[in-house]
Amino acid sequence: MNAVLSARNLRKCYGDHVVVDGLNLSIQRGECFGLLGPNGAGKTTTLRLLLGLISPDAGELQLLNHAVPQQARAARVRVGVVPQIDNLDPDFTVAENLLVYGRYFGMKDSEIEARLPELLEFANLTNKRDAKVPTLSGGMKRRLTLARALVNDPDVIFLDEPTTGLDPQARHLIWQRLRELTARGKTLLLTTHFMDEAERLCHRLAVMDNGRIISEGSPRDLIAQNIEPQVVEMFGEQAAAWAQEHAARYAQRFEVSGESVFCYVTDAQPLLQELQQHPQLRYLHRPANLEDVFLKLTGREMRE
Amino acid sequence: MKINIYVLPKFSRRFIPIWRRNFMVWKKMAASSILGHLADPVIYMLGLGYGLGGMLPQIGGTSYIAFLAGGTVCYSTMNSASFEALYSGFARMHEQRTWDAILNTPVTLDDIVCAEIFWAASKSLLSGLAVLLVIWLLGLSHSPLSLWIIPLAFMVGLCFASIGLIVTALAPSYDYFMYYFTLAITPMVLLCGVFFPVDQLPPLLQNVSSILPLTHAIDLARPLLTNLVPPNFILHIAVLLGYALAGFYLSLVLFRRRLSQ
Repeated sequence: MNAVLSARNLRKCYGDHVVVDGLNLSIQRGECFGLLGPNGAGKTTTLRLLLGLISPDAGELQLLNHAVPQQARAARVRVGVVPQIDNLDPDFTVAENLLVYGRYFGMKDSEIEARLPELLEFANLTNKRDAKVPTLSGGMKRRLTLARALVNDPDVIFLDEPTTGLDPQARHLIWQRLRELTARGKTLLLTTHFMDEAERLCHRLAVMDNGRIISEGSPRDLIAQNIEPQVVEMFGEQAAAWAQEHAARYAQRFEVSGESVFCYVTDAQPLLQELQQHPQLRYLHRPANLEDVFLKLTGREMRE
Repeated sequence: MKINIYVLPKFSRRFIPIWRRNFMVWKKMAASSILGHLADPVIYMLGLGYGLGGMLPQIGGTSYIAFLAGGTVCYSTMNSASFEALYSGFARMHEQRTWDAILNTPVTLDDIVCAEIFWAASKSLLSGLAVLLVIWLLGLSHSPLSLWIIPLAFMVGLCFASIGLIVTALAPSYDYFMYYFTLAITPMVLLCGVFFPVDQLPPLLQNVSSILPLTHAIDLARPLLTNLVPPNFILHIAVLLGYALAGFYLSLVLFRRRLSQ
């Protein structure tokens, strides 16, 4: 087995609250693995367990052939981390941030200096080399955080919601960089609640809720296993009323959420023909996507 | 596999890059920092030393301002380490999340706490040097033994950094530090002989004074400035280092508990 990371029956409680509840995970070299889940599902706690920053109440964990948390320090030599909340050094320039961070890995200044041009180029920050962190945009800060995670040329990179809070342009640039990393054979483990991000980047996904993995597979498999292939979304004041009366006849499954109705169908034609008769109902016909799977598995209620 | 938060600290040289990080930040504002180290003790010594000292007889064969010099050097080094361990330490741990960033590397919390203590002690060393320079320039000491003030300043720094980090580990916010300064540091300044000899105090307070670390620091500093070998110096050093080691261990346990949440 060349699993880079494996967890068996991992469990973590805070008081009476079980945050991670018997988690099993195996990630192969070169894979981009996504951990999806609503807020509070236990994603960040899972990452902290995998890095050996907190110790589990039960279970076994191996990262790069080191037992974690016992040998976490040795494992982290070959790991890079992009945290959810920016923690760059605000007093330093872009280049100084990378230099200082490299030293924590025991790298010599000359080694780090030699890597700087490549890292800055990767992060599109070559001409910001001497800019102070507070002058950078949100996207630049994220790219610097990504470059910082690569300073030790890690085998595995953990990314906790890497594009949260970024505008579309900045997100696309990050996605492109992450794809380049997998193309170079790096193993990526990322958490996200953006389904398009997961669908584009990840080879394999696990949907997590209440500390457990409730479904796992490639994005396509997850859709095929969990949900009908076609979705017809209807909007407007009369949509809900119409759906309560008639939707069950045309759709295998339907959900009403506010003024929207989601009809999940294997064959959309009969429903679409019926909708021609009701021009007051606006609708959108599309293939099922990960977000549909996610909402089916984790429910539509708000998590706060 | 549960990790025990009470295990003894493991030392590694990985604390050095963290010390260097703090030094790099300090260098960027070195001028204002050095000015602060100089201005505060100079104002105290000149104001109280000449102002109050003019009305006072000699204390133990020296002028009041020379008496005050030994207290001020300890008081300044104590303050430097305390401010660094409390306010700056809390900023690095909580506000800037610098510790979180560092903990994702092969560095452990043991290394971070060790680096914080050595860094705060380095600031004390600098502050001690600044005050010593003022003492020399004002001609308040001509003693070769006064050079021992330099390692003493570092040791006082280790002691108060370690104690201060206990408070940082427990603090929910910056406001909490006022309690420490009001309830621990200020009474210590008044009880430990910075401004007047401890034997002026009632016996009960003298007993309290004898277990406080600042007293032992001053008992070392004052003789050194008048070129005397401090009586019982082994005891005083042992007390200061004892506080430092106990504070290091206790703060580390508290940080481990806090950051494992």
